[in-house]
Amino acid sequence: MFDNISKTLFFKLPALSRFILTRFGIEMKVNQHMTDVPFIQVEDIHFSRGDNDIFRGVSMIIPRGKVTAIMGPSGTGKTTLLKLIGGQLTPDRGRILIDGQDVHRLSRKALFALRKRMGMLFQSGALFSDLDVFENVAFPLRVHTDLPDTMIRDLVLLKLQAVGLRGARHLTPAELSGGMARRVALARAVALDPELILYDEPFVGQDPISMGVLVQLIKRLNQALSLTSVVVSHDIKETLSIADYLYLIADGQVVAHGSPSTLEVNQDPRVSQFMHGEPDGPVPFHYPAETLYRDILGHDLAIKAG
Amino acid sequence: MKRSKTMEFGVGLFMLAGIVGLVFLGLRVSGLTLSAPSDTFRLEANFANIGGLKPRARVTMAGVTVGRVEAIELDTEWYDARVTLSLNSELEGQLSQDTTAAILTAGLLGEQYIGLSVGGAPEMLQEGDVIRDTQSALVLEELIQQFVSNMVSN
Amino acid sequence: MQSKFSHYAARVIGLGRKGCDVVEALGRATVFLAQSAVGVPSREGWSLWLRQMHFVGVLSLAIVLVSGLFIGMVLALQGYTILVDFGAEQALGQMVALSLLRELAPVVAALLFAGRAGSALTAEIGLMKATEQLTSMEMIGVDPLRRVVAPRLWAGFVALPILTVGFSVVGIWGGYLVGVEWLGVFEGSYWSNMQASVSFIDDIGNGMIKSVVFALVVTWIAVFQGYDLVPTSEGISRATTRTVVYSSLAVLGLDFVLTAVMFGGL
Repeated sequence: MFDNISKTLFFKLPALSRFILTRFGIEMKVNQHMTDVPFIQVEDIHFSRGDNDIFRGVSMIIPRGKVTAIMGPSGTGKTTLLKLIGGQLTPDRGRILIDGQDVHRLSRKALFALRKRMGMLFQSGALFSDLDVFENVAFPLRVHTDLPDTMIRDLVLLKLQAVGLRGARHLTPAELSGGMARRVALARAVALDPELILYDEPFVGQDPISMGVLVQLIKRLNQALSLTSVVVSHDIKETLSIADYLYLIADGQVVAHGSPSTLEVNQDPRVSQFMHGEPDGPVPFHYPAETLYRDILGHDLAIKAG
Repeated sequence: MKRSKTMEFGVGLFMLAGIVGLVFLGLRVSGLTLSAPSDTFRLEANFANIGGLKPRARVTMAGVTVGRVEAIELDTEWYDARVTLSLNSELEGQLSQDTTAAILTAGLLGEQYIGLSVGGAPEMLQEGDVIRDTQSALVLEELIQQFVSNMVSN
Repeated sequence: MQSKFSHYAARVIGLGRKGCDVVEALGRATVFLAQSAVGVPSREGWSLWLRQMHFVGVLSLAIVLVSGLFIGMVLALQGYTILVDFGAEQALGQMVALSLLRELAPVVAALLFAGRAGSALTAEIGLMKATEQLTSMEMIGVDPLRRVVAPRLWAGFVALPILTVGFSVVGIWGGYLVGVEWLGVFEGSYWSNMQASVSFIDDIGNGMIKSVVFALVVTWIAVFQGYDLVPTSEGISRATTRTVVYSSLAVLGLDFVLTAVMFGGL
């Protein structure tokens, strides 16, 4: 009899402890041994919108438990790439594997099940405007679990505590500043303890203080929950400080990838222009146009003038 | 939670108002009655011409509405109109057999209805009986024709 | 010559492209309707529906009732001046009731609903799309069609027929106020002529069928325009305008078709 109980307890122990620890805001590291297995594989993605080619053969490997940053100038389709990974857009060619599953071949139901394991932080925060802060964070818990109200309350307060906004739980999204909204959105993204978080431009439009707060939060969350993080950004300094690995996209292709330190010293002019923020270079300052001389003098005159 | 309760209350009132409104339309506007059909009995009457009489027209007695016209059809035996009346069951066995039915008009251009007037015979009309003594509708064109031909012959 | 020809060819191509776009949008709208209208009703869905009923139904009540009152009063005033020439002012009740029940209540209530609730639905869903709320809901693993669109669709579908009933009732009462209380039509003939001529099935029933059809069309257009718009502030304002224009046209056009089928003896 006793033997039986102790046996059950033994097998249930890891789950139990993780549960208890979760309740006290302490996260255990899991899947440590699988760190080197790629979590996301992007294979030769082609994508176009209308006549506009956005990706022409992009391949990436995103390792488990690391922060991977995808960088590039504005308008190169970084957000589009996140939407492709999330299964909201379908590529014209190529495939994306998450944990071995081809995202775009899953049934709607399986896709939604996979998304429960992902969190996404949107550029605008994307909080539900008809719910207050508390209910926003509780939303994923309410729809995906049958937990009693008291436990949901505890979990939500812990998540809000982690982003420092436990006191703001009764505010509506309209009353939050941009930085606070993004922190609430972060709490919501991690509400279900996902394995993967996609950050879409987390630093855009933030003042230096909230930028620092966000950088700290992303770093801490990744370590504490042993998450796989994908950060899309063009804020070089902040991204470099948290990323383990970098992909640089331009013109619909990966132009360089490597650790922050290797990219810093990369000699490729396209890379160095971006990494050091030079105004003109392979990415031209001027939008393609006729020469200024012709535009101002007019075509005929320009020919006459020789 | 309180806010949601007032909202639920509002929506409940709203839907209740819709139902009450529909009942009002039914009873007050279209004149539906909740009485069961067993409360009426039927009589038939043949008219040479019903003019503009329509189904659902009123049947009155001394100006009081006592029933409705239920159906109008052509009687192919005599080629006149057979009108089925449904009357309040209180009148069953109260109308003498020589009761007359006339098609009357409310005002000069108004709707047409049937007026009943009681006779003095001892036997009474029962369910399904036929009123023998009827007076057809006044047709304006016929009146004018009569008037004109009278003028000419004079 | 050549350039003129190619100019016309380009026009024809443009027309064809427009046609394809229209057919494609209709197809998308149909799939959208099918996906949102089905769904297992849950406790959660019930409370979402209730919230939307409050928004599109209860909050539209005031404008619909006030309009109904004025339209009933105007009908009685206009009808009286015409009917009195024929000595038929007793038929006022009949005229007011039939015009309201058959035509004015379903159509005007639907037009008001499109302006008041339809445009708000489009703007609200559009704003949720523009601020990525719909996308983030999808990423959380909740289908926005079920969660956001379906309650709004069903609320509109239920609310408009109720509003139409309210419109009729208040309109008939407004006609009574003007006709009987003010112009002195005999009260008994106002109601009895009405009762003699209004049929519950043919007039009230057909009016309600119209209203249900309009409810479906207006709400469908409103939520689809919101869901399908270009997620910018300009896109939202355009879609809101489109909702009002398209649903007004659809209501008036469908009203003719339905009237022809119901009362035209076809």
